Order: sequence, then C-alpha cells, then structure tokens
Amino acid sequence: MTESATAHAAHAEAHHELGFVRKYLFSTDHKMIGRQFLFLGLFMLIIGGLLAMMMRWELAWPETNIPLMGWVPEPYMYGGILPPQTYNAFFTMHATIMIFFVVMPIMVGGFGNFLIPLMIGAGDMAFPKLNMLSFWVGLVSGIVMLSSFFVPGGPAAGGWTSYAPLSAQASFTGVEWGQHLWIISLIILGISSLMGSINYITTVVNMRAPGMTYFRMPLTIWSLFITAILLLLALPVLTAALAMLLFDRMFGTSFFLPAGGGEPLLWQHLFWFFGHPEVYVLVLPAMGVTSDILSTLSRKPIFGYHAMAFSMIAIAFLSWVVWGHHMFVSGMNPLLGTAFMMSTMVIAIPSAIKTFNWLGTLWGGSIRFTAPMLFALGFVSNFVIGGLSGIFMAATPVDIFIHDTYYIVAHFHYVVAGIIFALFAAVYYWFPKMFGKKMSEPLGKIHFILTYIFFNLTFFPMHILGVGGHMRRIYNPTQYEFLQPLQGINHFITISAFILGVSQLFFLYNFIASLAKKRDAERNPWHANSLEWSAESPPPHGNYETTPVVYRGAYEYSSPEVAEDWLPQNRQVSGGVARAH
Amino acid sequence: MLSWLPEDVSTFGGEIDRLFYAIYYITGVALVVVTALMIIFLIAYRRREGRRATYTHGNTALEITWTVIPAIVFIGLSFASVSTWGKIKAHAPPPEAVVQVTAKQFNWEVVYPGPDGKFGTEDDFQVDNDIHVPVKKVVHVQLKSKDVIHSFFLPNLRLKQDAVPGKDILVWFEAVKPGKYELPCAELCGFGHSGMKGWLYVDSPEDYAKWQQATWPAK
Repeated sequence: MTESATAHAAHAEAHHELGFVRKYLFSTDHKMIGRQFLFLGLFMLIIGGLLAMMMRWELAWPETNIPLMGWVPEPYMYGGILPPQTYNAFFTMHATIMIFFVVMPIMVGGFGNFLIPLMIGAGDMAFPKLNMLSFWVGLVSGIVMLSSFFVPGGPAAGGWTSYAPLSAQASFTGVEWGQHLWIISLIILGISSLMGSINYITTVVNMRAPGMTYFRMPLTIWSLFITAILLLLALPVLTAALAMLLFDRMFGTSFFLPAGGGEPLLWQHLFWFFGHPEVYVLVLPAMGVTSDILSTLSRKPIFGYHAMAFSMIAIAFLSWVVWGHHMFVSGMNPLLGTAFMMSTMVIAIPSAIKTFNWLGTLWGGSIRFTAPMLFALGFVSNFVIGGLSGIFMAATPVDIFIHDTYYIVAHFHYVVAGIIFALFAAVYYWFPKMFGKKMSEPLGKIHFILTYIFFNLTFFPMHILGVGGHMRRIYNPTQYEFLQPLQGINHFITISAFILGVSQLFFLYNFIASLAKKRDAERNPWHANSLEWSAESPPPHGNYETTPVVYRGAYEYSSPEVAEDWLPQNRQVSGGVARAH
Repeated sequence: MLSWLPEDVSTFGGEIDRLFYAIYYITGVALVVVTALMIIFLIAYRRREGRRATYTHGNTALEITWTVIPAIVFIGLSFASVSTWGKIKAHAPPPEAVVQVTAKQFNWEVVYPGPDGKFGTEDDFQVDNDIHVPVKKVVHVQLKSKDVIHSFFLPNLRLKQDAVPGKDILVWFEAVKPGKYELPCAELCGFGHSGMKGWLYVDSPEDYAKWQQATWPAK
C-alpha cells in the first residue's frame, strides 16, 4: 500500500465520525461537492427554464396575461402582463443562469468534481478544502444573482453580454442595483471557478494512479482538464472587465463611456475574449462525456482516440483567436472581420473531426439504446445542426444579415442548450455511481423521446424566424410589419417549448424517486472500463480500497484478449502484453 | 427555408443571398449525409445476441480524409466571402446622396444636408425615423449614436451596422426598387428597444424631387 493510500484509509476511518454538517454541508469530499454542484445546477435549471417559458408566452401572445403570474407586483408585471423592462430582465437572467449557474456548475463543478479523482484513480482532489470553498463561494454567487430579482428596479436588463454603454450607466436601463449585483455575482463566481480550475489542473497533473499516462486518460478527463485550463486563463479577463464596468457605474470612471474618453468596443473585445473560450468551457465537457458514453454503450473503442484528444487541444488554442466573429457588424475594422472569419472557419475543422469520430465509433458497434446512450446520441445530433448553422454566421457577408436575429438564437441553443442532452446523458450514466441507485430506464426513454422531439420543434423553426429577419431580444414582434407573416411560427415555437418544459417533469420525478429508493446499484452496471466503475457505488470517502494500477486506456471494448466485451483499465491480463493503446 | 428571406432590393444583396444559398446547400448535404449515416449505423449495429462489436481504434486514411475535406470547404467559403465583405463594408463607391442618421433611445434622428448639400449649415433638415432616398443612387449614411449602441438594420437591403457612441461609421447602399422598407433597431438598447424603428422610403426620381420640394427649406 502506498503512502497516500494509507493516508486515505486513515481519512476514511475518520470520516465515520463526521457529523451531518461536515458530511453533507461543509464536506471536503469531492463526491459530495460534486453532488452539491449538481443539485445547485438542477435547481437553477428550473428557474432558468421558467423564465424562458414566460418569454415564449410574451413572444407568441404579446402583452397578454401570463397564466398564474397575476401575483407578481407592479411594476414588474401588471396582472400577469410583462412590461418590456421585465422582459429584458428575463432574457438577461435566463442566459446568465443557464450559462453560469446550470451548465457550468453541473458539467464542470458537478461532474468535474465527481469524476476527476475517480477516473484517474485518486482518493480526492489535490486541495479538498479549496474545493469545498469553491462550492460555497459559488453558492454565494448564486444567491447574490437571485437576490437581484428583489431589489428596486429589478435584475440586470442589458442582456447576458451586458454591452457597454447600456450596462455602464444606470440611466440607460433604469436598473441600478440589479446590474451592480449581476457584476458582483459574476466576479464572485469567477473566484469560485478559479479555485475549481486550479484544483482540477493540479489533480490531473499530479494525482494520476500508477500507469495512468496522459494518453490513457478517458476523454471525459481530457475535456475537463482542457476546460480547467481555459477557465483559468479566461476568467481573469472577465473579472477585469467586470471590475472596470462596476467602476464606470459606481465610481465615475469612463473605461467604456465615450463621454469621458472611453471606448464602448473595448467591453465587447474583453467580453468575447473571455466569452468565446467560455463557449468551449461549456461544450468540451459535453463532448468528453459523450465520447465515453458512446464508446461504452456501443461496446467499441472510441474511434481515433488521439485525434479526439488533439482536436480538443486544437479547439482550446484556437478559441483564443475567434472572438471577433461576435463583432462583425460592431464597427470593428472590416479587415479584422476577414481575419476572424478565417480563424473561425479553421476552428470548425476539429469540431468536424469529432463528429466523424463519433460516427466511426458507432460503426460496427453493438449499440445499447439505454437512456444515457439516447441522450448522448441526441447531443451529437444537436451538435451537428448547431455546428453547421455556425458556418452561416462565420461567413461575414451572410452574418451581416443574420447577426442579432433568431438565426443566432437557434444556433447557440442547438449548441449550448444542446449540451443539456450531454448533461442528462451524464446524469443517467453516472447516477448509479453517484448515489448507489439506478434511475428508471423506461422513464428515461420517455424523457428522451419527448425532449428530443420538442427540443427540435422549439429551436429548429427559430432558423426560419432568423431567415425572415426576426430580431432577437425584441419584446413584441407584432410591432413590425415585416414580421407579421412569421407570427404563426412564434405560436408554434411557444407551444413546443411548453411541451418541452412539461416533459422535464419525467426527469424530475425519476431523479427524486430514484434518490428516495434503497441502494440497488452494483459497481459496474454498464460494464464500463474506466476506473470509477471499479469502486463501490457510491464510493466511500477516499474512493479506493487500494490505489488502482492502470494497464491500458479506457476504451478496450470487445477486445480479443478477453472473453467479455469489456476490459477494465486496472485489470491485469495474465500473459497478455501491454498494448500500445 | 430560404424562401422566408425578405425581398432583396439592394445592389449587393444578391451576392449575400447567393453565398447564403451556397452554404445552405453545402451544409444541407452534410446534414443529410451525417444524419443518414447515423441512422443507418444505429439500425445496422444495434445490439444483437451473439454478435460482437468490431475491435478497431481508428483508421488513419479515413481520418485524414474527413479532416482535409471540411478544411478545403471551409477555406473555400472564406475566400468566397472576402470580396463581398470588402465591397459592402470597406470599399464604398462615391456617394450620390448623403444622410446622417443618429440613433438615440429610442428613435432614428435623420438629418439631410438641405439644398446646399452641406451638413452643419442653416438649411439642414431634420426629422425622426423617416429616411427618403432616391432609387438607383449610391446613398451614404453617416451613422452615429447619442447614448448606447444601436444597430441600423435594413432587412430588405441585407444591411446591418451597429451605431456606436463616439464613433462615426460610414454605411452605404443602393436601392434598386422604389418602396417603403422597415428600419428596425437590431441591438438591445434599453426598455424601448422593441418598437424602435423607422422607415426607409426609396423614391422614384419624380417622387424624390417632390418630397424635397415639399419638405426641405427653400433655397
């Protein structure tokens, strides 16, 4: 037994004496912190989703009473009727919550925390206390963000991109403290993410089990590792920009205010210099878990493992030089537009490689259509559409027309809301390991079928709205003559969105009912290869009885070396020679 | 889907639409091929008793192929975009009519040079939200903003440009068909963003002269 394993065993014994507070609230166990992030994210998903439902009502039936919302006091609503100010606040908060408090906490905070030590064979994170602090600081950030709903003037209403000068001076939006709190909340969240990312990087670099070389790591770990590096480098840029914005608002500086010599476009450059890597922070973990789930449930090695890892590394590098594609019509020098178009077209190549490799993984497989597999396939399907629609806006002349229309809204929902499919796949797949219980498969399948159909019926028609010129962030489309013929599509989208929303009750029920069950999950219900499946379900504090030794990569499915169709990373095959892969 | 595009009445809109169609067909083919392969694989390689999955880690030749083909297509599309982009945003032809448009919460303030053809003189004529231009003439719009960022969007002319406070941005177009075209603001600019709109009147030479006579101050 190695020294660290001994330490872990001692730690595990001490664990039995921990009280409720140390075990469930201020836990330093990466698995508990991962669950806390998951619960936080799912709670915020409900709020973000309800905001979307109210926005969809407004777009379909502008300025009519939203059912059940009559209780909201004036001036935020008028007997259930949304005023434009509240509508602006809702889409600002919808995006902010979904990006920063749903996808990031669940994919990076939740699964990142839960999976990194388990999948690399470590007992915990490198800095368990820092990890605990990361969650609690993140929670404070979430509370600050939600508290902005209750201050005079309501929450921030300048869009999640908070373009200056609109966001830089309270008189432009009429929102004083709402926007202050938005800025403060995201600065706090940045601190939380920094602590998390330092921890992830250190853990992956230093705490891999013996034999776990970088190129034996599952792609989930590769994706989280690269994500952590992107976060570490991108967040300080956002934090700096937010601090400047707060100074402009509160202390009379003029970083972004032209009246005092400031430059509004500076905000956009800083925001998107953070914002584009941020998009990959959101999507890389989804790509990682999708790769692992597709391979495991096709019983086939991932196709082109090295290409998959290197394409993520390529995406990480290129993500720093594409931010200008958000700014083609911003007034930036048109020559820069051409340069950013080129870099954007180049970053599409590794994304295409990943898609083809996923198809290659399915080819010749023995595919199990379980709930996690269906959701992973759903992610691929959405990513294909979201990736292809991105090419339209990468082409600068076409972007002139579709910029700031629903075409963009359609595109980023296929990518970012599409991540929800990978998120659900990950929940269904790792739920037995996280909680020692299995979720219901039939309910999971119903959830998938409804979600897949109504996701597409909600977001695909938005492309048509965009082609028709329908601007995003407008409160009432019937104010425009040229949008009149498109209003029927708005009705269709809204009804689809409501059904999509209601379909999530299948998940909510399944999740809660499964949590309430007795423990029934075996160690390795999917017959998967990666290390976490060799631990108990759920793993005890310290994870492994003895530190596992790794002999191969995570994708030896249907290997001719063994009779079963899986070959765990830590199983020593007698007489077998270690393979290159 | 592209039949939903608003009618195009500009000289450069056709180039944008052609590029739009080209990408539409290329991505359409890619979508159909990828989706078809996925469905075929899902059916053909579903789990069946007694059949073991193929044990393979990849195929270098195949992987190079599907890296190189998208690369060629993407780079080709970039080059196809460059000249149209430059024409619209960088190389404006000399103006035959000039108008200043200043965005403010929540109106387009339109200033015409008046009979002397110069801005900043007494005969300048100002009106909110109505832009009159002659048909088949190169029009320069000097775009400014008084407060926040707005976006000058003419769907029928395939034209969009943000108006940025502190910046003076030149926009040009040439409309080929007389008519009345909507001019919405496309960038969130505050609580009155929705509904911030104006009209572009593309007038025949006779109508344009008539409008000038009726509204501009006399010489």
